[in-house]
Amino acid sequence: MVKGLKKLARSQLVFPLFALLLLVIFNLIRDPSFFSLSITTNNDGNTVLSGNLISILNGASELAIISIGMTLVTASSRGQDISVGAVAAIAGSVFVSVLRANEVTVPIMLLAFLASCVVAVIFSAFNGTLVAAFKIQPMIATLILFTAGRPIAYWINGGATPTVESPLLGNIGSFIPGIPIPTPIIIVIIFVLLVSLVLRFTNLGLYTQSVGINERSARLNGINTAWMKLLSFMILGVCVAIAGCIGVSRIGLINHETLLLDIEMDAILAVAIGGNSLGGGKFSLSGSVIGAYIIQALTITLYAMKVSSTAVKAYKAIVIIAIVVISSPVVKKYALMLRDKLVKRPTKVTENE
Amino acid sequence: MKKLLVVLLVVAMAFGMMACAAPAASQSSEAPSVAPSEAPSESSEAPSAEADGGLIKVGIINNPPAESGYRAANVADFEKVFTKENGYDVQTFYSLKNDEQLSAASQFITDGVDYLLLSAAATDGWETVLKSAQEAGVKVFLFDRMLNADESLYEAAVVSDMAQEGKTAVDWLKAQKLPEYNVVHIQGVMGCDAQIGRTGALDAEFAAGTMKKVVQQTANWDEAEAKKIVESVINSKEKFNVIYAENDGMAKGAVAALDEAGITHGVGKDVIIMGFDCNKWALRELLAGNWNYDGQCSPFQASVIDEMIKKLEAGEKLTQKKVISEERGFDATTITQADIDTFGLGE
Repeated sequence: MVKGLKKLARSQLVFPLFALLLLVIFNLIRDPSFFSLSITTNNDGNTVLSGNLISILNGASELAIISIGMTLVTASSRGQDISVGAVAAIAGSVFVSVLRANEVTVPIMLLAFLASCVVAVIFSAFNGTLVAAFKIQPMIATLILFTAGRPIAYWINGGATPTVESPLLGNIGSFIPGIPIPTPIIIVIIFVLLVSLVLRFTNLGLYTQSVGINERSARLNGINTAWMKLLSFMILGVCVAIAGCIGVSRIGLINHETLLLDIEMDAILAVAIGGNSLGGGKFSLSGSVIGAYIIQALTITLYAMKVSSTAVKAYKAIVIIAIVVISSPVVKKYALMLRDKLVKRPTKVTENE
Repeated sequence: MKKLLVVLLVVAMAFGMMACAAPAASQSSEAPSVAPSEAPSESSEAPSAEADGGLIKVGIINNPPAESGYRAANVADFEKVFTKENGYDVQTFYSLKNDEQLSAASQFITDGVDYLLLSAAATDGWETVLKSAQEAGVKVFLFDRMLNADESLYEAAVVSDMAQEGKTAVDWLKAQKLPEYNVVHIQGVMGCDAQIGRTGALDAEFAAGTMKKVVQQTANWDEAEAKKIVESVINSKEKFNVIYAENDGMAKGAVAALDEAGITHGVGKDVIIMGFDCNKWALRELLAGNWNYDGQCSPFQASVIDEMIKKLEAGEKLTQKKVISEERGFDATTITQADIDTFGLGE
């Protein structure tokens, strides 16, 4: 038990969990009923759960999924993909254009999703090729689609904001009849399970890390480093397609200019808050997912506190600066020293003296 | 292998540069002459049109239709009004870049157009071109956007008044005579024209105490963000009976949140839904009674300018320098399918 605690204390998850806990406590003090769940009947006649907790879990779905892909890309390529929002807009546009061309049924929805996946993976593979084969820095390489992606999305649907009217789409974006939990939450759970199974039973995680830690030695050990980088970008492509389709399904409309706007920055932030090094190498997916929920919890908290529109981003920035600085190695080291002093336990340094 | 890749990359880049260079070249030197080919019906008779003195030569400079749904409707409107059948010889040029627009404008002037219609990409830098237009006797009309230039340099400007749009909407809301107004106000990107205008009138009501501000929050035109904001209001269990969203998309996001929480909305229901922009799909929501109000932001300036040109040609004088486009608000109880067909944007 003590050993387990010690292990946890050294784990990179300790800080993100602590930050999340702080947010929860802060909200509970501010409003004890903040996390209360209530059961309501929605306008389609389903009995559903609602409350801030559900809003946070639900609202962070796209971010959680994308930050999983972003973690892999960060680990292998030692850089970030800043085109995820734009590629999500492209994927969402493809999704909508297939749905609009057909009668919306379950097989058509699957087809539309597959089509958007294929398109997103192609675009991500383009990014991946620039990074893996041409050794361009990831942020520079993905800057191309960051700029060009949303115009491409515009072109797919010929502009305006096309809508899709179908109760089936609502099943993905909000609730499946008879299930009281929002579908995006269920999708995230399934996706996280799937990815962790893949990491558990394949070499993907190990290889990705080794490419990120030392590319040369990874290659000398027989790992195809270019392929590993490309693969991580393609996985991110799938994540982006899923997130884009969820985003479209929520409202039943594609607005290529605003779909998942600025999500790339939130995703990178989630990776950083999760205790992952943005310089690549070792990674923890659960850290990034927790990071995503922290960001969403923060947003919902600010909304609940009715922070004025103009100030929301400033408040968010302050909290994020605090989180990032406190979790920095310098502060961590200092905190450890302070603890040792307070507990008056002889440290290794004094032993050496 | 690597060399091959490098060669391929160089070729790709070269092609890319050509692709960039080609339109630029045509814009600076031959943009106006390219334009007639955009109207195929005209191209065969173009030479005779030059000879024909009956046609009024018009140069239109606008932003590209790809910019937004609003712009697409705007461009389509001008294409519909300024035709050969209506007595115009039209040349068009579309660009998002001010310098490209400027060079196209000088080209139009040397080309000897009678009228220059202008929706500038940026408000500055037009003074010299407009002066040379005046010297050449070219009459200038501004539409959609104002310029930083002296009034004497153009005949008239036909523009939207965003503050009026907000006022029309708030007046409509007041006319509903609700026992109390608890308003959830979802704003667009802070600081842009549409947001400032549409917020102004409502802010005045909040300040006067006639309406209660439950929440005022920006969703940055983002539908999903609007949904989250309304969700948080619902979770806080505060009472509200009006949602005032500054565009259609955000109103749709807000409605999605209401639907999930089982709150009814629309004509005669718990919550009044108000949006802006008059997308066709939004007007259909109005017709179905799911929403209550949609404010227009009119992209239809062509017919007003057409009228003014006809007046000038007939030797009359224009009385107004600044013409505000007539913009309506649609009420769910009175809207008709015909309104949707005429005023709806998009499809």
